[in-house]
Amino acid sequence: MILTDEQKAMLDGAQGETLAKVMQTVIRYGELFGAERLVPVTSKYNHLVTSFGLKMMTPVFDLMQQLIDAGVTSQQKFSADPRPLDKNVPKNFLQNLVFNKFMYSTQDFYEGQLKSLGLMDDNAFTCACYMDEVGNKPGKGDVLSWAESSAVVYANSVLGARCNRNSGIIDIMGSIAGYVPEFGLLTDEGRRASWIVEIKTTKKPEAQLLGSAIGMKVMKDVPYIKGLDKWLGEELDDAACTYLKDFGAATASNGAVGLYHVENLTPEAKELGERLIREGAKVYVIDDAELQRVYESYPVIWKNPDAKPKLCFMGCPHMSLEQLKSWTERLDAALAEAGNKKVVIPTVFTAPPAVIAEFDKTEYSAKLKEMGVIVSYICPLMYMNNPLCGKMPVITSSNKLRTYTTARYYTDDEILEQITKGGKN
Amino acid sequence: MKIFNGRVVAPGEVTAEAVVSHGGLNTLASFQKALQFGDKTATCGDQNNPDLYGKQMAGKALCLPQTIGSTTGGLVLYCACAMGRQPACMLFSQPIDSLAGAGVILADVWLEGASMPVVDSLGDEFLDYVKDGMSITVKENGIVEVE
Repeated sequence: MILTDEQKAMLDGAQGETLAKVMQTVIRYGELFGAERLVPVTSKYNHLVTSFGLKMMTPVFDLMQQLIDAGVTSQQKFSADPRPLDKNVPKNFLQNLVFNKFMYSTQDFYEGQLKSLGLMDDNAFTCACYMDEVGNKPGKGDVLSWAESSAVVYANSVLGARCNRNSGIIDIMGSIAGYVPEFGLLTDEGRRASWIVEIKTTKKPEAQLLGSAIGMKVMKDVPYIKGLDKWLGEELDDAACTYLKDFGAATASNGAVGLYHVENLTPEAKELGERLIREGAKVYVIDDAELQRVYESYPVIWKNPDAKPKLCFMGCPHMSLEQLKSWTERLDAALAEAGNKKVVIPTVFTAPPAVIAEFDKTEYSAKLKEMGVIVSYICPLMYMNNPLCGKMPVITSSNKLRTYTTARYYTDDEILEQITKGGKN
Repeated sequence: MKIFNGRVVAPGEVTAEAVVSHGGLNTLASFQKALQFGDKTATCGDQNNPDLYGKQMAGKALCLPQTIGSTTGGLVLYCACAMGRQPACMLFSQPIDSLAGAGVILADVWLEGASMPVVDSLGDEFLDYVKDGMSITVKENGIVEVE
């Protein structure tokens, strides 16, 4: 890799041994992928995937402490993924004990480390940092050192920023160095599509199901998606951005997609059109039958597949203001139709703290509360990842949550049916 | 015995028994329970991986195309190495992905004595050939012997 004099000096220890190790990490990471140079990180803020004080992550905390002790911190402030705990989210005595005394006993300590390293503010905990209310929204062409698969795929695809699917820890190392290696999704060639996905469904495809199907098919490749603009339109309005947020999270968690292009909708597809497609790109056709096949392929790993759901999680990734409002309206109508006043399954909607604050200023907030729904800033994935929750029959319309936990996936319509009418199991 | 040639990502020599994932390895889903709850054998917890679900990964020659899923993947791998619950080696049929690559580099730079040889680009034929339980020997120069 060709380094500038400044970069060489950093690597040689001119600014201390710890920063030299940070540079060594960033450079070796880049060399692995054929990067020939480092390029400056240009976004205002960074985003870290690691927000949870899980005891298993003690080696990470030790590494973070090495950085803090050496005074090696970033010039960028950052947001981080959601907190794992919220006292408002239902849990029994045993769960409470396990969460606070065993699993997340280092949460306060780790949040202290994040503040020392440059956390934006006390509420900067969300996986959807790019929402307007949160304020960590990079511009087109910005170079990022982010991690969090759902945020990276959104920043690349919907905002036109440039970021590789960095791992946790690499995210902060690139930010501290101020440089990231130029490879993959940072390059024009790496952003070209090697798959054409043709959407031929008879109705608007479920975002989380479509994302899952594409993720499992193309894995880490870039897909160019045709026919989705028919259902989403050609403008990135709130509804389209919300759809793409959920769609992208599913492509990234069910596969390893870091960038997708939607014909006539996402910025680079609008600008470059089919010039983004590589020669010899493979074709994947998605119709109603293919989506049904994917849906039916999901394993049900509840101990009792016919168990009555005990909890419903919505919002992985975190819900937008538009989603909170539209779900309030949908619930209101569905409960009225069912003759119920409150949801019949304990239900938690998760959203960024800043979005919840805005939602609370609207009339929808009180209405949603009256219907028995809890709105929380929690990370449902981190809540679910323990043996106690693993035994709970939890339902969700998040394909990311399904992938990482024992939660069972249903479409939005099926979730609505279940939580308002106690529909099918 | 069949011999495959790959690129050395992390050097080292080791002989171990193969466990094979034909689909992408979701690192978080696979390792999280094991690391969180003291499972020294690192039993794979990924329900979506029929090849590996419920099988021991620590001390095995983990054969896979690439890793997928959450961008915590690299730090999960780093933690597995720090806690001594890593596979004996990781053998990728494809070029290594950015998450696994990060985990391997982080362990190599920041941990002392975290030995886990890693070879990538072994080709599709490698994954077609290798089966669970086969004996695998990794050489310093990226040569992988399967028998």
